[in-house]
Amino acid sequence: MTPETHPSQTWFGRWRATMSEMTFSAAICLGFLIIVFIIGIFAPWIAPYDEAQILTNDSFMPPSAEMWLGSDYLGRDVLSRLIYGIRITLFLALTISCLSFLSGVGLGFLAAVSGGRIDSWMSRFNDAMLSFPSLMLALIVINSLGSSFTVLIFTIALIDLTRVYRVSRALAVNVMVMDYVEAAVVRGEKKWWIIFHEVLPNTLIPLAAEFGIRFTYTILFISALSFLGLGVQPPQSDLGVMVKENMQALLYGEYTTLYPAIMIALIAVSMNIFVDWLLLQSSTKLPDEV
Amino acid sequence: MTKPLLKVRHLDVSVYDRKNNETKIVDDISFDVQPGKVIALIGESGSGKTTISLGCMGYTRPGCYLTKGSVELDGVNVLDLSVPQLQELRGRDITYVAQSAAASFNSAMRIDAQVTEIPVITGSMTRKDALDKAVKLYKSLELPDPENIGKRYPHQVSGGQLQRLMAAMAMISDPRLLILDEPTTALDVTTQIEVLYSFKKLISDNNTAAIYVTHDLSLVAQIADHILVLKDGQMVEYGDTEQIISNPSHEYTKALMAAANVMPDDIHAPSIISAEAPPIIEVKSVSAAYSNSDAKNVLEDINLKINAGETLGIIGESGSGKTTLGRLISGLMSAKSGHVLLNGQPLNPHVQQRSLDELRQIQFVFQMADVALNPRQRINKILGRPMMFYRGLSKSEATKEVARLLERVELPTDFAWRFPPELSGGQRQRVNLARALAAEPKIIICDEITSALDTVVAQQILDLLENLQDEFGLSYMFITHDIATVAKIAERIAVMRLGRIVSQGTVRDVLTPPCHDYTQLLLNSIPEMRTDWLDEAIVERRALVKALNA
Amino acid sequence: MSLLEILARRLLLGAGTLLFVSALVFFGTEILPGDVAYAILGQGATPELVEQVRDRLGLNEPLHLRYWIWLTNFLAGDFGSSLANGADIGTEVSRRASNTFILASCTALVAVPLAITLGLLASIKPGGRLDRSITSVSLALISFPDFMVAVILVTIFAVKLHWLPAIASIRPSYDVFDWIRILILPVTALTFTILAHMVRMTRSAVLNVLSSPAIEMAILKGVPRRRLMVRHALPNALGPIINVVALNLAYLISGVVIIETLFNFPGLGRYMVEGVTNRDVPIVQTCAMIFCTFYVLLNILADILSIMANPRVRYKK
Repeated sequence: MTPETHPSQTWFGRWRATMSEMTFSAAICLGFLIIVFIIGIFAPWIAPYDEAQILTNDSFMPPSAEMWLGSDYLGRDVLSRLIYGIRITLFLALTISCLSFLSGVGLGFLAAVSGGRIDSWMSRFNDAMLSFPSLMLALIVINSLGSSFTVLIFTIALIDLTRVYRVSRALAVNVMVMDYVEAAVVRGEKKWWIIFHEVLPNTLIPLAAEFGIRFTYTILFISALSFLGLGVQPPQSDLGVMVKENMQALLYGEYTTLYPAIMIALIAVSMNIFVDWLLLQSSTKLPDEV
Repeated sequence: MTKPLLKVRHLDVSVYDRKNNETKIVDDISFDVQPGKVIALIGESGSGKTTISLGCMGYTRPGCYLTKGSVELDGVNVLDLSVPQLQELRGRDITYVAQSAAASFNSAMRIDAQVTEIPVITGSMTRKDALDKAVKLYKSLELPDPENIGKRYPHQVSGGQLQRLMAAMAMISDPRLLILDEPTTALDVTTQIEVLYSFKKLISDNNTAAIYVTHDLSLVAQIADHILVLKDGQMVEYGDTEQIISNPSHEYTKALMAAANVMPDDIHAPSIISAEAPPIIEVKSVSAAYSNSDAKNVLEDINLKINAGETLGIIGESGSGKTTLGRLISGLMSAKSGHVLLNGQPLNPHVQQRSLDELRQIQFVFQMADVALNPRQRINKILGRPMMFYRGLSKSEATKEVARLLERVELPTDFAWRFPPELSGGQRQRVNLARALAAEPKIIICDEITSALDTVVAQQILDLLENLQDEFGLSYMFITHDIATVAKIAERIAVMRLGRIVSQGTVRDVLTPPCHDYTQLLLNSIPEMRTDWLDEAIVERRALVKALNA
Repeated sequence: MSLLEILARRLLLGAGTLLFVSALVFFGTEILPGDVAYAILGQGATPELVEQVRDRLGLNEPLHLRYWIWLTNFLAGDFGSSLANGADIGTEVSRRASNTFILASCTALVAVPLAITLGLLASIKPGGRLDRSITSVSLALISFPDFMVAVILVTIFAVKLHWLPAIASIRPSYDVFDWIRILILPVTALTFTILAHMVRMTRSAVLNVLSSPAIEMAILKGVPRRRLMVRHALPNALGPIINVVALNLAYLISGVVIIETLFNFPGLGRYMVEGVTNRDVPIVQTCAMIFCTFYVLLNILADILSIMANPRVRYKK
């Protein structure tokens, strides 16, 4: 037998082994997330109507055969708007998470690997940033720069960055104290080699989990901002804006407000359950969230 | 024979994984504890000895389940008791002394409050009586300042003292059976016999029956009346101490005996050194501290030489600076003054300033193979990387070399495609050693590489080290706290205490009396495989400690 | 280091943090593109008029000097006046701050004991039925957007059942019962938004302590269950639990802002959101400073308490 053929030794074999370990609820959640992402990507082909098209003069029409989820306050199709809302929300959350992760993990690892004065100054600055409640930081920046996609993306990415930095530094510091890293140091290895070959492989799963948590958090955060009227600005709309726009529906006894809110909750719940399972697999613990 | 106090019959303990597959970790164990006698459970890690002793108290760690058998204390099956009955039993009849007292004391309560807790809350003693009794126990355990030591918090007391305080806690309600779980393993060798002696005295003074759990056969000879040898959760041999020590019948017990920490009969002759060649490593009047601002030196005026093909043993207890010295030579730490020479050429203090060739010649092997090998790198990468890094081999050349190297350290070649967690402790330590060899070094610094291993496996690693030395002409710097191990492998030794070398020379010179008081103390702390050793050793030890402190 | 030194050090660090916070609040709000004077006067203003306003507002001074003046004024309780309508911010803030304080402290009074109790209950038997239901409900709750519970509550109790008001406007004539009627929905909604995090973190902090060798030893000593939890586990879990509560005050602050907006509650949070919407810089600065100061102070307090709860620090060797 050549060594490569053993199932536990190929990437695919390990992936399959992991998948077969998956619990029922984790699998359902992963499936749901995949479907939601597909809906987001292919929104223009899936949505029955244009998101901005006013189809009727009646606000908050109950669900019907033409409009499965009824109409919104301007008489637009709620289902179509929901599908486009998912697209915007996911796009923002994904961009922000990726940005904050690339920079946060990079800086966090750099601090952990460098140690000494660089680490202590970086961490001290980060601690000071963490002494802001995140919503305050966002409100201050939005107050100054207004709320455009660019401002939203960079502001929330910055807020997330401080959290990602803290977590990834803590994870990397736990790895750095291991003797195998010391062994690489006595061998004379460079910093980047240690980061990519020693630290990264040992923090990959908890980092993936942290990505899931940040992603969820970002979705909730953007929705909250949009709900306050300070996030995504009409005519563009994400799920949070939809909740805000349609608050009036409650007074008419319609549930239009709830659909986008439930959608946000479903995405977040699925991600959280999946992340919990992932963390259980690697039996690691992330530092407490801030 | 009298009626046994505790009867354990056909005890099984199992663990279940997430898919509900059962693994037996204790398999069909039966033994008796006679009143006033001590039985020792001996085995290596994973032999189930702690699980059995906890099972005797009707307790299992989370995830473990008692599936079969009975534990009868005076005719009452402990495993049938309800929770409140068990609580009563644990407070009064069977008490426990844990391996690490430092972790097992509650850091938020005063020691007295913890020692007297059970008799006071169950109402069997008044608070005052319990305190008086505690002080009496502290006295008989020879703790310093017995009147006041209990008023402190656990973190304010040393490890050896805590271990004895825990024994006091166990003895306060005059239990019928005392369980001691590796009570001296976490301590320094020279403290160990002191604590062992107080335990022995305590048990014989009170005529208490005890179960003594340990991995160290020579310790047990001092204290136990009966011995139960365990391997992988199964009974290997069960009998009187005298019989097992003088005439072990099972192969495994024989191997344990052979590997036990007794001094070797023959000692390596010092190697012949040619006068012209400079020593591989020379350390010249080195002093070092953890930081520049730190006034206290961890190393003070160290001078030593290691010649080609020679093994220098460094002995010392925790805090002696022996590991720091190894780290300093390999460049993980800088000296405050003095310098290190490699082949007669001064070395840069820090790793980053040393040349690739200098780095290659000095290799460091870490103590714990499970943390010294990256769990997410295949063995092929772990061993191949130094070859590519130092010797410039290509990936495919390195893969071929790795196979040869694995054969050399007596491992199957297909291990190259495994990850370290898939290997046993001894196999990992071989890989750990092979990584140093992969660099083709002149000298390997071995930091306590056999301490975490079971005795039989440790012996195999020592044999391997010797074979490799003969084949490649390597030099070793062998750092350990265990004087017996070092006597087996080294030609010359240096004894360290509080950052200084107190004695240095050939094994014969250093270890043959009359030797330095501290060396004598270390020698005195090695348990000998005879039952009357402890009483003799403790007398000599006290005289030596007095002389050292004077 | 003695206990006193540690505390002094912590207080000093807190003062430094507050200074950093104030700087970031000030400079963060002053990077406004364009000019505050134009913002007040509109684009059609004559240069002379702009210059006059700039002078009056002190905008011609160098930035660091303006920061210094702003900070000393803030410390003296002079928050300036609104750019939009010129109203004195101080009077508005003092009225609204007490409303917000009532809302937040009522929530804390309900949520903190409830969360700690639930967390403790869940950790008594990990993996048991009670634990599983508490953890899964709290997992669902942390995934809900902050406004969702409030929207559902309003739908049920205000719109469908007409039991409670959906809008929490406050009149000076209100007595205690009116206040309770108004506060029930916002406090419940706010409790839900911070409860789940606290429950989960309390649970894991207590489980961490329960898995320590010291607890195993206490079990093997025969310490009864109740005493085990109260005398052995709780004192050691106290420090971590205090930290959990402090961490969750961040959620409380963002929760307050959202819930106040949703219920039209006349508090600081809504004041700040209105400020941001109108780009009314002095209002935003003042509210941000008050919220951040409050948060930093509470964190220092929690830190000090958890240091005091640690016997290793309290009693030196």
